[in-house]
Amino acid sequence: MNLKPETFQRIDEVITHYPVKRSATLPLLHLVQEDAGYISDEAIDWVAKKLELEPINVLEVVTFYPMFKRKPIGRRHIKVCRTLSCALVGGYKTCETFEKEFNTHAGPTEVSPDGEVTVEFVECLASCGTAPVVLIDETLHEKVDCAKAKQLSDQIKAEAAARK
Amino acid sequence: MSAPAQNRIIFKHIDEPDYTNDLACYLKHGGYEVMKRSFQRQPQELIDEVKKSGLRGRGGAGFPCGVKWGLVDRKSGKPIYLIVNADESEPGTFKDRYIMYQDPHQLIEGTIISCFANNVKQAYIYIRGEMAEGARILEKAIAEARAANFVGPNILGSNYSCEIFVHRGAGAYICGEETGLIESLEGKRANPRIKPPYFPAVLGLYQCPTIVNNVETLCHVKYIAEHGGEAFTKIGTPNNTGTRIFCVSGHVQRPGYYEFPAGTITMGQLLYDVCGGPLPGRTFKAVIPGGSSAKVMRFGERYKGKRKVGADMVDYDWGVEDVPMDFDSLAMVGTMGGSGGVIVMDDSVNMVEALANINAFYSHESCGQCTPCREGSLWMKKISTRMVHGDARPGDAALLKSVADQIPGRTICAFGEACSWPTQSFYLKFKDEFETYHETKKAPKPADATVLV
Amino acid sequence: MIQPAKPELVTVNIDGKEIAVPKGTNVIEAARMVNVDVPHYCYHPKLAVVGNCRMCLIEMGMPAVDPATKAPVMDPATGKQKINWIPRPQIGCGTNVSPGLHVKTTSPMVKDAREGVMEFLLINHPLDCPICDQAGECKLQEQATGYGRGYSRFIEQKNVKPKRTQLGPRVTLDDERCVLCSRCIRFSRDIAGEDVLGFVDRGSYSTLTCHPDRKLDHNYSLNTVDICPVGALTSTDFRFKMRVWFLKQTNTIDTESSVGANTVAWSREGVIYRITPRQNDDVNDTWMADSGRLLYKQVAAADRLSTKDALDALVVKAGELLAAGSVAIVGSGRSSVEEQFLTKKLAAALKASVSLVSRTAQGDKLLISADRNPNVRGALVTGLISALPSAQLAGLAADIDAGKVKTVVSIGEDLTAAGLTAAQLAKVSVVYLGTHANATSAAAKVVIPTLTVFEKAGTFVNQQFRIQKFAKAVPGLAGAHDDLVVLAKLVATTGGAIASDLATLWPVIAAEVPVLSTMLYKNIPDTGLLLDSTAWAGLPFVEGETLHYKPAAAA
Repeated sequence: MNLKPETFQRIDEVITHYPVKRSATLPLLHLVQEDAGYISDEAIDWVAKKLELEPINVLEVVTFYPMFKRKPIGRRHIKVCRTLSCALVGGYKTCETFEKEFNTHAGPTEVSPDGEVTVEFVECLASCGTAPVVLIDETLHEKVDCAKAKQLSDQIKAEAAARK
Repeated sequence: MSAPAQNRIIFKHIDEPDYTNDLACYLKHGGYEVMKRSFQRQPQELIDEVKKSGLRGRGGAGFPCGVKWGLVDRKSGKPIYLIVNADESEPGTFKDRYIMYQDPHQLIEGTIISCFANNVKQAYIYIRGEMAEGARILEKAIAEARAANFVGPNILGSNYSCEIFVHRGAGAYICGEETGLIESLEGKRANPRIKPPYFPAVLGLYQCPTIVNNVETLCHVKYIAEHGGEAFTKIGTPNNTGTRIFCVSGHVQRPGYYEFPAGTITMGQLLYDVCGGPLPGRTFKAVIPGGSSAKVMRFGERYKGKRKVGADMVDYDWGVEDVPMDFDSLAMVGTMGGSGGVIVMDDSVNMVEALANINAFYSHESCGQCTPCREGSLWMKKISTRMVHGDARPGDAALLKSVADQIPGRTICAFGEACSWPTQSFYLKFKDEFETYHETKKAPKPADATVLV
Repeated sequence: MIQPAKPELVTVNIDGKEIAVPKGTNVIEAARMVNVDVPHYCYHPKLAVVGNCRMCLIEMGMPAVDPATKAPVMDPATGKQKINWIPRPQIGCGTNVSPGLHVKTTSPMVKDAREGVMEFLLINHPLDCPICDQAGECKLQEQATGYGRGYSRFIEQKNVKPKRTQLGPRVTLDDERCVLCSRCIRFSRDIAGEDVLGFVDRGSYSTLTCHPDRKLDHNYSLNTVDICPVGALTSTDFRFKMRVWFLKQTNTIDTESSVGANTVAWSREGVIYRITPRQNDDVNDTWMADSGRLLYKQVAAADRLSTKDALDALVVKAGELLAAGSVAIVGSGRSSVEEQFLTKKLAAALKASVSLVSRTAQGDKLLISADRNPNVRGALVTGLISALPSAQLAGLAADIDAGKVKTVVSIGEDLTAAGLTAAQLAKVSVVYLGTHANATSAAAKVVIPTLTVFEKAGTFVNQQFRIQKFAKAVPGLAGAHDDLVVLAKLVATTGGAIASDLATLWPVIAAEVPVLSTMLYKNIPDTGLLLDSTAWAGLPFVEGETLHYKPAAAA
């Protein structure tokens, strides 16, 4: 299993948090996804072996929780909240803006043509007072109307260009 | 009469300039002193104070915390666990986030005090997966606390040890249900357990007695440990003691969080005085008072009956604006206080579309274990979505309601009620709009109309 | 003899009928005892309770007592103790009886709950009945008819899931038909001990899956087909072969090993289509091994022995060989008790030695024991043998080499496979009674084709010393003969006379075999009868622990 040394260290450490190894399934899956970008078939088998579980036990969990991806997605992950409070103040238009800016469609496995971005609708992100709310990678952005969505998109594009 | 002042107890330092979430700042404000003093007391004493306080859970069910602690099986010989339910996912709710991000040590202190009171040596904070930054903040705070010997083995030489670990979820609302949370913590699909026999107080995490408490609830415990249960009863109203954090969102001028003593503020005061009333040119149409699972209230409807005030039975005749914001009053008028998430809709909103948005949420979050919720939630979503985006038929609204009626009371967990109450209440309160939707939707919509689903 | 402790009884009231049931009984089982049907899918008496289908919802109440004094509160209308009916329905499978529990299964609340659950189960269910093997034994069909509303209100698009997945070599999965009861997952994990099945995805899109790197191929995979209440899991062997309502069910016994799992052979017009397990809580619960189910194929196998010669002509030829003396008999642990009794008669009349062929292999700790003969104990009980068979026919081989044997009568056993060399076989004349061709039948002087276990009736004694009946499922192959008839005729060639039909033969057996005395064949219950095994208590039986068997503690 190809992971960074510190990921392996953190995996071994987190297993010690629980009296039953199986409890470490979610933490291990998070660590693997943070490192590799997604959960591969190999990763599922590896996690199962590591925790002395059957592979089906891990597969059941990976497919139950939407945060885990089975395939690589865009380099940047834009999650737009679609639940009522955000929708009431324009969440759907915000998502549309991102879709237009990156020429893509919202979907859990959709990747923009340049591979940079995955735009996805998610359920309530628990910041309804500052709706519409968008989670880009691990940063929460509040009051994201169309104008701010455009700003954030420009920022993403600038960061992508700077990397090249 | 205009609204009373807020009483920022839990949210005392939220968004306060110069207040940071590190230990040094917390200590500067007297942090962990209550914990130290609590260690000098008998654990049963602390439990009694919480019982006396009448503190009701702030996660949504409003179950008395003292009673919950009292149900724990302390004779089994198995270790007792405490789980902090930080899976804040009820639509419309956004209070625990602020506590964890900006004042994490308040949560840690409240947790340790609660663990000490209940002879718990191991606690887990189950935080929703989307709050990755929150998990990091909590882990850093716990590390600081551990370094200062406030968490971990032999806390401050007291011989009492308690370890806290943060455990991240991964995008499932059903992990907020206490037995679903326990299953998820055990590393499985978050399928809630049947009760009986799997009451967490007896057969919880790893089949050991377990307490599951909401983030805000544990912060109130810290207050009770400091000031006593009786002092807590002086805040709020009888049977609805302490402060509540109301999270107002949707079509108001000033959405946001507001902490008031329970029952001392009415819906009207909250929405008009505190939140500035509706947006320019708009009027209030509907409000969901306690997270999207709570039944909707329609502005203009009236609630009449008799209620107990002190020792007397007194008549009440309320409009939506007059309902006091507390568990019992809201329950009396046919809805619930729930998680305190107040979602406001104005006259620009089409209720059929709003319901379609909510139905899509529940069908996505259903764990799928039991038949009525699994099939019913998706069926309601399919009908709602078809009504909005496809072909709406005259009988669809009644069908929606009839499907919803087949779910509550028949499921393994309260998600059955949560997914069906919106449909039932939206239809009953806005029957005119639902029954005519197949006609009214034919009218062209303005180009800038808000899309809800 | 120590009496088993009497179970503590609890009195409950179901639909007005009072009944006392053992403590720990759940409401579905208690209702069954008063002939009240509580429909269900996910509940199975041998699996853990999960309570997820919600079909067994019933109305429950407890007698009202004053909370302070605990005195009963009376209902002035009926003069009886008031019953506090719980406003929400409760699941019957997850509720164990408590004293005074009242249950209603026909109230409007229950009717409504059942109609609701049925409707929900059917909305995403494909209209596959015309092509689905489960039709005729499908819980969904039965309960929709009995408890459903009778019409559909669903006009949306149904969920699409994989159909026709080969879960393993013997099981086909159709995910759209699955009602997510999880019986198969619980069985595979808890009973078969192979955790390979699970649900992926969430909500109504949950789909039963076997992990892609594994197969559902353990030797108990077909039990998931038996317990699947719908046509999601079906037997690949049985697929599209026959509608179940045309099939006749015959009770029989699995002959794979001394476990003696109770089974049912399903046949139509003389052809067997499948074998399924039969419930016996003392032997095999509701399970059987996959390998035992395939045994019906031996009936029509290509190497089946049959003859055009008249039976009497063959008996005469055999009789000539027997009359020449120096006969050795190789009996079989696969013969029935009655056949072994007649074999003993023949051996006595001919003063012949008797050997049995042992068949041992590793047991699977579940339903296949280490002794792969179903009826070695029958041979002990009838006195055909007094010691356990040895691994190879060493004694017989020595006798043949010493010139003491002229004729060997083999009852269905291949002698070279059992240890005789070709040379030794060549030294003797063989009279072969058996069902399928092998090296011995090819070398035999007289071959009398006989019947498989599915074509005759009789009894076996299993590892628990339980005598169990098996019945005739299909008529015998033309050109093959009933073993009892053949053996009786052979006995007749020695001048003796013995009955060959079970009704007449059994009183003779009962009179001569001590542990079977006073027993009537027709009185042996379908779940068998334990025999007194003290006479053989010291023998070194090979079986280890299986589902309902523990070997006697080592002396």
